[in-house]
Amino acid sequence: MKTESKLEKILESGQLAVTSEAGPPRGAEPEVIRKKGEMLKAYVDCCNVTDNQTAMVRVCSLASCIILKQMGLSPILQMTARDRNRLAIQADILGAYAFGINTMLCLTGDHQSFGDHPTAANVFDLDSIQMIQGVNKIRQEGTFMGGAKMTLAPKMFIGAAANPFADPFELRVMRLAKKIAAGVDFIQTQCIFNMDKFGKWMQMICDEGLDQKVHILAGITPMKGLGMARYMKNKVPGMDVPDEVINRLKGVPKEKQADEGITMAVEQIQQLKEMKGVHGFHIMAIEWEEKVPEIVERAGLLPRPKVD
Amino acid sequence: MIVAEQKPLKEIIAMTSPFKKLLIVGCNECVTVCHAGGRKEVEQLAAALAMAAQKDGRPLEIKEVTLERCCDPEYIEQVRPFIDQYEAVLSCACSVGTQYFADTYPTKWALPALNTSFMGGSLAQGIWAERCAGCGNCILHETGGICPIARCSKRMLNGPCGGSTGGHCEVNPDIPCGWQLIWDRLVALGRTPDYAKIMAAKDWNTSRDGGPRKIVREDLTI
Amino acid sequence: MSEAFEPTIIAYTCHFCPYEMADKAGEQGLSYPTNVSIIEVPCTGRIDVIHLLRAFQDGADGVYVVACKEGECHHKTGNLVAKKRLQYTKKILDDLEIGSERLEMRYIMTGEVPHFARIAQEMTDKIRALGPNPVKNGGAAHKA
Ligand code: SF4
Ligand code: SF4
Repeated sequence: MKTESKLEKILESGQLAVTSEAGPPRGAEPEVIRKKGEMLKAYVDCCNVTDNQTAMVRVCSLASCIILKQMGLSPILQMTARDRNRLAIQADILGAYAFGINTMLCLTGDHQSFGDHPTAANVFDLDSIQMIQGVNKIRQEGTFMGGAKMTLAPKMFIGAAANPFADPFELRVMRLAKKIAAGVDFIQTQCIFNMDKFGKWMQMICDEGLDQKVHILAGITPMKGLGMARYMKNKVPGMDVPDEVINRLKGVPKEKQADEGITMAVEQIQQLKEMKGVHGFHIMAIEWEEKVPEIVERAGLLPRPKVD
Repeated sequence: MIVAEQKPLKEIIAMTSPFKKLLIVGCNECVTVCHAGGRKEVEQLAAALAMAAQKDGRPLEIKEVTLERCCDPEYIEQVRPFIDQYEAVLSCACSVGTQYFADTYPTKWALPALNTSFMGGSLAQGIWAERCAGCGNCILHETGGICPIARCSKRMLNGPCGGSTGGHCEVNPDIPCGWQLIWDRLVALGRTPDYAKIMAAKDWNTSRDGGPRKIVREDLTI
Repeated sequence: MSEAFEPTIIAYTCHFCPYEMADKAGEQGLSYPTNVSIIEVPCTGRIDVIHLLRAFQDGADGVYVVACKEGECHHKTGNLVAKKRLQYTKKILDDLEIGSERLEMRYIMTGEVPHFARIAQEMTDKIRALGPNPVKNGGAAHKA
């Protein structure tokens, strides 16, 4: 084992891991985070806490992770390079580790022009690959990114995102290989709707033997209805929603679409369980966290394994 | 070249309105080429400001002059014989030039008529685009001749991010994705394996992050 | 505003179709308002922003450019260039609160002699209704 991470233990034991996401509130309300934590606790192994997701200011990922950690969950600290330079990144990692948070996700981050502070300066001192490299250096060499020795160096289990659906497609596997070379341990993919394209991507990954080097958690997002599906298809960059998904939702009455969305997510998980290289699931129920337990249960992913 | 555009006229009128005697200075270099602050634009701006003053019934005396260059001390000196007759310099040079006036004539206001925007070139008549962010340590030889710092919206050295779609940047469909361009070049050059190399965290010390920069060529100094 | 206001109007007129028509209008005794002074230019593409600004600065109440119809320019695209420069100048006139409506582009074809006189009349009526160019008025207003 490289770390104390619960996620590492589950993945290394060969069991399918289940992670989910808790978006912190846009006000200083710890109860909102606790409520999400309570809801997810028994159903997921680890819980990502987003970091100013879509460039909207929210309670910081670190504080939210500490709250979840104190409730007995295993939080995953998401960290974007958009808002922090290498000093702030390392300071936050030290702080997180001091509270027993040992799993993180390194992200470049959505551009700030999407959020509620489009006039802000961005940072982008590092990109996600350089962040992975730095966190890995701290873990392996016990030194800061700048080279000085650390007294107690955090050993983070390092995650990153991958979007099999962005362009250029031929680069998507090569870029993942770069993340692996930088030291990433697990990958959470972008929401998968186009199963054919995802299958093709996984095949390429297995052909390169990369599935032996990294744990891939397939990104699952249930559609709340036709409106959301259309929005995801047309408005969200890097999202691939095929017509079959739209048509299937169109085929059911409006009040049944949410149920259909859940069913589709469950079916997807069942299908992906059989796919070589998929080592778990990352369920992103956007503003719909209360549905995660139902999805996990119906997909036959309960009970969650106990590890120490 | 340095690409700039004129500030909104109302803003210029507001910043110049306290002054009765104004020296408007243009520059024959970059800002002439990008039609922002050459002789012609100086003439137009002077006419507009004169009308604004006339309309408000406030006296305004304007002198127009366009210098060969505004980023060299000897040219800035050329206005010394008559600068005392004016209260302020309205610079149609890039903001480098404006600061040269401020540095050279400490008791004269130096006002910027332009928004100095970027280092770039023209794509077609009337269209300019950014190409270099002046990072001070060029890596174009590693990126197929396309700059990831100036042309990727997140200045990623290991792009593309997950938002690159159909050749466009996630920030705006009008922006070509810098990393798509880099990849296309690597393909065209038969150098796709180069992509596998991780570019390490950049030393931004040669960039703005090291503080205001200066280059000294000992062989040229006297 | 006194009723006796007689606007000063400058018409930049292309040497080809439009100027010829202006000439013919004179020959044929088709009168147009004396408010309009014609400045002949080799091509409307030669008219620069500064020429339009100068006219207003020197006290014109209205300015119009008479060009050949689109597609009929003797220099191919002179009238299109002029149109863009007019657009640019209009923005300046609005910023100065002189009013972009004081500047207009009109087109004319060979043979349209009466049309030339009609444009002159229309512009004169329009500018008369708008009142004097505030640039020449402003100083006076402040002095009052
Ligand atoms: S790498 Fe630096 S110097 Fe080279 S083009 Fe880009 S910003 Fe300019
Ligand atoms: S889409 Fe391309 S240009 Fe835009 S931020 Fe991502 S990699 Fe950079």
